[in-house]
Amino acid sequence: MTDEYTDNKIETKAADSSSGSYVPPAETIPAQEAPDQELYHAKSFWTKWVFCQDAKVIGIQYALTATAIGFIGLILSWGMRLQLGFPETFSFLGPATYYQSVTMHGMIMVIYLLTALFLGGFGNYLIPLMVGARDMVFPYVNMVSYWMFLVAVLVLIASFFVPGGPTGAGWTLYPPQAILPGTPGSEMGIVLMLVSLSLFVIGFTMGGLNYVITILQSRTRGMTLMRMPLTIWGIFTATVLALLAFPALFVACIMMTLDNLLGTSFFMPEIFTMGEKLEYGGGSPILFQHLFWFFGHPEVYIVALPAFGIVSDLISVHARKNVFGYRMMVWAIVIIGALSFIVWAHHMYVSGMNPWFGFFFATTTLIIAVPTAIKVYNWVLTLWRGNIHLTIPMLFSLGFIVTFVNGGITGLFLGNVIIDVPLSDTYFVVAHFHMVMGIAPLMVVFGAIYHWYPLITGRHLNQTLGKIHFWITFVGAYAIYFPMHYLGFIGVPRRYFEMYDSPYMTSGVGLNQFITVAALIVGFTQILFLYNIFTSWYKGEKSERNPWKANSLEWHTPDYPPTHGNFGKELPVVYRWPYDFSVPGSDKEYIPQDVPPSQVPTAKAEQT
Amino acid sequence: MSKKELNIFKLLSEKPWEDSQKVIDDQHDGKTLALSKAKLGVRTIMVVSTVIFSLFVVSYSDRMLVHDWRSLSEPWLLWVNTIILIFTSFVFHKTKVLSDKNEFEKAKNYLLIVGFLTFAFITGQLLVWQYYVNLGQYASTNPANAFFYLFTALHGVHVLGGLFFWGRATTKLFTKNFSVLKIKQAIELCAIYWHFLLIVWFILFGLMIAT
Amino acid sequence: MFVAIVFALIIVASIVFHFWSPWWWTPVASNWGNIDDTIILTFWVTGAVFVAVCLFMSYCVWEYRYRPERKAEYKPEDKKLEFRLTWLTALGVVALLAPGLVVWNKYITVPENAFKIEVLAYQWGWNYRLPGDDGVLGKTSVGFINDDNPYGLDLSDPNSKDDILVMDADLHLKINQPVKIELRSLDVLHNFYIPQFRAKMDTLPGIITYYWFTPEKKGEYEILCAEYCGTGHYAMRGYVKVDEEQDYSNWLAKQISFEKMLTKKELNKNLLIAEK
Repeated sequence: MTDEYTDNKIETKAADSSSGSYVPPAETIPAQEAPDQELYHAKSFWTKWVFCQDAKVIGIQYALTATAIGFIGLILSWGMRLQLGFPETFSFLGPATYYQSVTMHGMIMVIYLLTALFLGGFGNYLIPLMVGARDMVFPYVNMVSYWMFLVAVLVLIASFFVPGGPTGAGWTLYPPQAILPGTPGSEMGIVLMLVSLSLFVIGFTMGGLNYVITILQSRTRGMTLMRMPLTIWGIFTATVLALLAFPALFVACIMMTLDNLLGTSFFMPEIFTMGEKLEYGGGSPILFQHLFWFFGHPEVYIVALPAFGIVSDLISVHARKNVFGYRMMVWAIVIIGALSFIVWAHHMYVSGMNPWFGFFFATTTLIIAVPTAIKVYNWVLTLWRGNIHLTIPMLFSLGFIVTFVNGGITGLFLGNVIIDVPLSDTYFVVAHFHMVMGIAPLMVVFGAIYHWYPLITGRHLNQTLGKIHFWITFVGAYAIYFPMHYLGFIGVPRRYFEMYDSPYMTSGVGLNQFITVAALIVGFTQILFLYNIFTSWYKGEKSERNPWKANSLEWHTPDYPPTHGNFGKELPVVYRWPYDFSVPGSDKEYIPQDVPPSQVPTAKAEQT
Repeated sequence: MSKKELNIFKLLSEKPWEDSQKVIDDQHDGKTLALSKAKLGVRTIMVVSTVIFSLFVVSYSDRMLVHDWRSLSEPWLLWVNTIILIFTSFVFHKTKVLSDKNEFEKAKNYLLIVGFLTFAFITGQLLVWQYYVNLGQYASTNPANAFFYLFTALHGVHVLGGLFFWGRATTKLFTKNFSVLKIKQAIELCAIYWHFLLIVWFILFGLMIAT
Repeated sequence: MFVAIVFALIIVASIVFHFWSPWWWTPVASNWGNIDDTIILTFWVTGAVFVAVCLFMSYCVWEYRYRPERKAEYKPEDKKLEFRLTWLTALGVVALLAPGLVVWNKYITVPENAFKIEVLAYQWGWNYRLPGDDGVLGKTSVGFINDDNPYGLDLSDPNSKDDILVMDADLHLKINQPVKIELRSLDVLHNFYIPQFRAKMDTLPGIITYYWFTPEKKGEYEILCAEYCGTGHYAMRGYVKVDEEQDYSNWLAKQISFEKMLTKKELNKNLLIAEK
């Protein structure tokens, strides 16, 4: 590890200019109010790998923890699928356990897996490397953020072992049901869930603070915002959303905890249950729903925007072509982020809120389709006239496009208020959100892991296993969720432990069995993937430096894989955007961001 | 601040691949705002806290309209606490002015006063809680009570968080183990945070006495 | 080559599945056929986009697959193309949204002549209340609930006396008579949903929500709870029977009003006392 830097102040190379003469900076850099960042240098095993302040290690810690809890979520889904597909054969799940599985599966996948993986995992690993920083701006806070996340996960796991088990209130935790005895886990389970979520929010805010400020203030010389890779744009916007949206979840959690433990009536109206009238009165369950979805809808984009960003970069690198319409892509990310705060009530069209809201929220929701569609067009247009390497990251990106377009389009059904009326709370919704915010982002996660694994470990993942993993996961997941929409058309409601014998439901029996089998196959394939990750770590084929011939800074560190401090003695200086692939007039096929124009004498982009 | 005028629309319409833009971009120092990281950090935290408090205020206004709402009568102690908080903010401002002038010996004592006043405020708030509990006004008695306890507790937690950083700055000043730039910044940021908490308290307290 | 073909095949398979699968919605039995029309419209518009985008993608993967001698095009953006695509998409969105909002407006505007029915949801079952001859449902409150007054009717409200209490999971409706369903819940959220009628709305404790429809087809339809409400959610069923005028009257004649129920209970009590 090259830990020794003589000075805290890290010097940057003087700007190089193609015209030959040195041009002094047009504006003087403001005097710093505080000394530049000091790196904490690990002294022992513990501070190097466990209580580590290096964002790269923290990123890996986040990713591993998220994956571990994600596997629990996966296993829970197997239980549910067995019950739905073969209720007679696998009757070990009672309704209570079934609902607990549904709830924990949803919560784990959305928050503890996807959010933590994209922002905590990829965010930590990639942000400093891609913007040319030595580390996050507040490494200590960053470390605490991870440990808060771990505690949140442990509290969540603890809820499996308390009397009454984990909460079975559905991942939306709607009151009054969530804290009343008719719901499984209404004793300790719900309390631990609320505590765990609150801890997650606090921990995440610490991390988010780092991501945002590092991206805004700690970029290297020449790295303007519009020269950042789209990955960073996606993560940045998602983090801003998260910082503004998670407070709503936090507020809702606190008030519900008080309703549960102190008997306040924030969300609890007058209730008559189990033969008696409860002490509660006057609270509004709809208020909770507003708070929850004010968090919940941006949450969808907190998962989706990093995926959008990463997939843009993957497609560009592996198609050897610049991202088509980079500016439009950035605008779309920002516009989607902004709009995501005024569409939340489309989750509540049939919740009993004022029906006139329907007009407003249907309109805003469908407006979001426009920037989203533009992103899709631009991904496909990036492939157009490219030189496409069908590597595994590219395969996953293609898989992402298909699943995302499919899931996005069903969003147009559900966003249009009147169509939502028959389809809400049916399997159509389940299929929609799994496709659009489950499978599609996971395709990106996998693609990104195959793409950046060599950077992290210096070795490639096994290609054959990777291809098997891709085809089974993609085709299998599509086969699960595409037909599932049709169960929703039939009218099968979601969150049903058993389907009974209604004619339109029994017609779906065969389909349910098929889905269960497909789900089990896809699920087990993920074990293959884990096996690949762990064995390739020490047995994989050694990767040469920058195996994908990418331009962004993370591939151009002096040490490969990058070490603590990322860039050795001197920070890189950025001279171009990260998409200079196949530039006309240049004999080089790609020009990394830190290559000065003087070294590519013939490189002159043709004006378009 | 003036040097880095941030025009978002102009920024987002840059074409990073064009030669004319490249010349400008190559001179960029990699910072978007002319603010120190710490200052930006505190501001971000204040934004997140503001969102939290605003959502509580929205919930309060929504819940208030239901017929079972019975407002609490505020004891005089709450006014005393408010005055203490105003005074704390004032003293902190003085401290900041002193530290700007490098008069750390004086600033040291002022910091102690701030700490004392803040602890007095928290004790005062706890006394108000005790007062209500003695009256039999629990959180579950009425939604207005619930919000009162919630607001004061949340504000109190924010104050305690501030005290943690106040403690670090004060210790450094007393042990003389500090860099001038850093301690100045720490004092300035704490002062900003205390003013922020005062404003938050004004809003919460104002809301509670107005309804 | 292989990859492009597989992707194209998946798209073709999706289309085939759509047209040939036996799973499709149940025949509509209410006036909300135009919800189905909106869905069909959305299907054609979005389906075309999905097929076009994915097939174009497969084409690109095939046509521009890696060749060592090929050099990719360098094109940062194409304003004209992006502008056109944006407007085209916006147009498509308007085409989907506008009819949707028109139907929604109809959905939330209850006709004057709608017959009011209260649906009372609890963990885990359904009860109903019909207005008596006065056509008005009496006031209620959870606070009034006791053994004699399971619906929590306000005894001081003169409109409540003649209300008809249907303490049964099955409800009868008169064909072609618009009904306004007023939803009440005693405990948690539920949702009164009959797939064939297409309409649904949550029931909430503490407030009354509503929706309306006109049953247009005779028959028996299953009621499902469509908002998760605890362990018994999946078992919260009932039936709606849409009757011709005569059958409906017969059924109605068998139901008893609140007033009658009170006197009956009073009698029973007196009997019990007398027996002792």
